[in-house]
Amino acid sequence: MIWAGVLVASASCYALKLAGLSLPQSWLQNQRVQRTVPLIPIALLAALVGTQTFSVGQHLVLDVRAAALAVAIVAVVLRAPFLVVVAVAAATAALLRVI
Amino acid sequence: MRQGRESTTSARSGTSSGRTENRSADPRRGIVRDALGIAIASGAYAVSFGAISTAAGLSLPQTCALSVLMFTGASQFALVGVIGAGGSVWAGAVAAALLGSRNALYGLRLASLLEVRGVRRLAAAQFVLDETTAMAIARDDPRQSRFAFWATGLALFTFWNVGTLAGALATHAISNPKMFGLDAAPPAAFLALLAPRLRAREPLAIAIAAAVVAIAVLPFVPAGVPLLVVAVLVSLYGVLRRAE
Repeated sequence: MIWAGVLVASASCYALKLAGLSLPQSWLQNQRVQRTVPLIPIALLAALVGTQTFSVGQHLVLDVRAAALAVAIVAVVLRAPFLVVVAVAAATAALLRVI
Repeated sequence: MRQGRESTTSARSGTSSGRTENRSADPRRGIVRDALGIAIASGAYAVSFGAISTAAGLSLPQTCALSVLMFTGASQFALVGVIGAGGSVWAGAVAAALLGSRNALYGLRLASLLEVRGVRRLAAAQFVLDETTAMAIARDDPRQSRFAFWATGLALFTFWNVGTLAGALATHAISNPKMFGLDAAPPAAFLALLAPRLRAREPLAIAIAAAVVAIAVLPFVPAGVPLLVVAVLVSLYGVLRRAE
């Protein structure tokens, strides 16, 4: 099942890349398309941050991941590199579990 | 791969090298140097993808297949993030495709620069990414644009896949990923991808609203569906805002 999802999602992502190179320019040059598409990653990434921090399955929970996110936000505000942001978040969660 | 921060760095380094290269003998050397710099940074980022994907329960071949076949960072993180959180693989696949939609706009910008046909276009499509677009459009000369696109694409592809493999292998050696806080890594990764896009008030407001809506609907719908709700709402907002 995971394989099917991996392959279908990969094919979709490839099709989108190819579409940009192949479709008539006018299709994608529409003002609304141009302004709306960049908003989608912003909303989806924010939704992923929220749901992956505060839920287990379909249940809302508050655990060490919230503290890890807070530390990650500080790291991001300080403009830390990507790996540092991820590492300090993981380390925070790991440390709080040990305590 | 890396959406914002890296494309801004690459665009910046691209311009600077473009300027110095006008004076020096071979502009291609500067382009290769920039491409390698971007690729090495992305390779480090791919290590965390390999680790998160493995911790989410994907096998080594599945993890590596994603980096070869999908080859677009945010989408890969979204797919394994949804699976790791217990959502259905199809919800993850839809989120991955939605996040990949911006690559179509990059392709649009690149189409006239690259002028690729046939098999070359099929190969070029896989390299249509934030970084390759930033590197290609930073050049004044079309030949340099094309060289920058291919050099960055090939370097990224190499380091991205090596990094993924390394991260996946390292995490396979760990018996309990949760002990290392790896379950807290995906939200931090998404945040780091999001941050460079939030420099103005409107995107920040959209991000906060999206997170609140997703959390609010989460208990009432199947896993992964909150992402789709958010995608529909933001699309409506984007389209209707123009209608005013």
